[in-house]
Amino acid sequence: MSPLQLFIEYSLVGIAAGGIYTLVALGSILIFKASGVFNFAMGEMMMFGAYSFLLFSVQLKLHWAIGMALAILVSCGLAWIIERAVLRPMLGQPVISLVMVTFGIGFVLRGIASLVFGTDSYQLPEILARDPFMIFGIFMPGKAGRGFLLSVGICVALIVFFRFSRIGIALRATAADQITAFSMGINVRGIFGLAWMAAAAAGTVAGVIAASVASLTPELGAIALSVLAVVILGGMNSIGGVLVAGLLIGWLESITGYLLGGAYRDITPYVAVLIMLMIRPHGLFGTKPVERI
Amino acid sequence: MRIGHFATNYARDEAFAGSRSARGLALAILVLVIAFPFLAPTYWLYMGTLLAINVISTIGLNITTGYTGLLSLGHGAFMGVGAYTAGYFAINHGMPFYLTIPLAGIFAAVLGAAFGLPSLGIRGLYLVIATLAAQYILSFLFQNWTAVTGGLNGLKLEPATIGEFRFDNNTSLYYFVLVPAVGLSLFAANLFRTRVGRAFIAIRERDLTAEVLGVHLTRYKLASFALGAFYAGIAGGLMAYLFRIVTADQYSLAVSVFFLSAVVVGGMGSIFGSVLGALFMTVLPEALKAAVDLVGPFFTMRAALIFAPIREIVFGMLLVFFLIFEPRGLVYIWHRVSRMFSLWPFKS
Repeated sequence: MSPLQLFIEYSLVGIAAGGIYTLVALGSILIFKASGVFNFAMGEMMMFGAYSFLLFSVQLKLHWAIGMALAILVSCGLAWIIERAVLRPMLGQPVISLVMVTFGIGFVLRGIASLVFGTDSYQLPEILARDPFMIFGIFMPGKAGRGFLLSVGICVALIVFFRFSRIGIALRATAADQITAFSMGINVRGIFGLAWMAAAAAGTVAGVIAASVASLTPELGAIALSVLAVVILGGMNSIGGVLVAGLLIGWLESITGYLLGGAYRDITPYVAVLIMLMIRPHGLFGTKPVERI
Repeated sequence: MRIGHFATNYARDEAFAGSRSARGLALAILVLVIAFPFLAPTYWLYMGTLLAINVISTIGLNITTGYTGLLSLGHGAFMGVGAYTAGYFAINHGMPFYLTIPLAGIFAAVLGAAFGLPSLGIRGLYLVIATLAAQYILSFLFQNWTAVTGGLNGLKLEPATIGEFRFDNNTSLYYFVLVPAVGLSLFAANLFRTRVGRAFIAIRERDLTAEVLGVHLTRYKLASFALGAFYAGIAGGLMAYLFRIVTADQYSLAVSVFFLSAVVVGGMGSIFGSVLGALFMTVLPEALKAAVDLVGPFFTMRAALIFAPIREIVFGMLLVFFLIFEPRGLVYIWHRVSRMFSLWPFKS
């Protein structure tokens, strides 16, 4: 195989992996836009969703579609509880407190998962077909490719929903100005909960895809730390930016893995983000925050 | 009983331990800390040694995060820089510890300032990501720069020596870390009575206002990063001599989160709070282990198997609990209790 062909193949695999980053990053952005909290427990919420899917579809032997629906329901419930019980009392606290509290939630979720399911890795049922397919003569692994199509589909659906539905407009109004939104009769508290639940749903799907491409362990959430880099690279308040950045980070990881070796893969997102912060601190597509005194 | 402490001049008002009872308490603590090896069993002595190192590191992070308001997730990596620096110079150049440990602090400080550079243009969450990037990039170097760090095998050190004396038993190691711990704690406590310390606090409160008032933001933000990383480097260097082995996973992101938790639990912007936070975080896993061992036999599962997840759950819950119900940390509880005692018969 020629180096060019290999390069293209690695690029495709990387972009396919980037689909999951995009989905998780979209969830983080929704929460951030609505309530100004950056959720460091996003990876653990993802992992939690994947474990509830495991519980329903494998251990209770339900059909995978029902299992998926139940898993999304359970994660949404969990996200609602987290928002209501932990993040609501923390409103208006400094960034460090918000960061630490989401770290704390992440620890608790990971601890529960490894207490209940142990630290062994699980294999999820085959919901994505394994057989590879060819795009323009380029080999594409089946699970990663289909996972990509699925995550991009859900991203687009979420974006369309938040752009055109009433709830979506309410969310964007809340993001723009909470007090004005509240005085116009928007249920701002409800929007906070909704954003968390939407993020949990996106996280669950991403978690199931990620776990079925690889396998499911309590450490599944670790990949979400690259998502932070995606969010910053795209710009904290730009949904379009996150779409591009997610795929870009996936591509960069795969290409550095190919050119320099696997060890370099893990730090690629952070090197990219450091360079970005030096050149354009507000991200590729983000708007520069206005400093008011 | 101590009702009022009325300072009649500024010098007394600012004094480090102003009243007679405060001086008495400080002296009592100092005597207790020095006499600790003669009172405590071996295992406690080891915990005390670890605690002293954790206190240094927690104070360092508190200077950067608690006092200056620059959130850092790279503290563990800066400790690693210190540990590897000390190890490298001790092994490859045969330097004694009284050179390697200051070098460890200096190297960590330089790197801390370098990774603090993005902090000049960004704040809040962006800074969190920049320091997280520092953590990952440094961790990567620890694992892969085999010529200096020994790669996955890490570095193995000889005990610290001075003349013929070797710091290789619990008691000597305790004093070995106690001296820098006390010195650096006193330095930090005094720092915030000076111009530099006040500048740090002004930056935390509102950096634009501080700049208008004449605080050179670039200089002081970098100084704060460098000083915090210096403490981390010293702590890492001491840790290298305590464990006599330096590996990459001793200084991972989990360590950064551990020290941030210690700062939050102890109380942001308080040196005494750092001591309390480090004490809490050092003792907590031991207390939990004891508790799990105690109730373990009643369950069918093996205690060792459930200990790690339970520690994680309790740790996370405590973090959430403290942030919601006591955001000012343990030091605030301490203040409340001590006020209650000093006002006891009169305020019921």
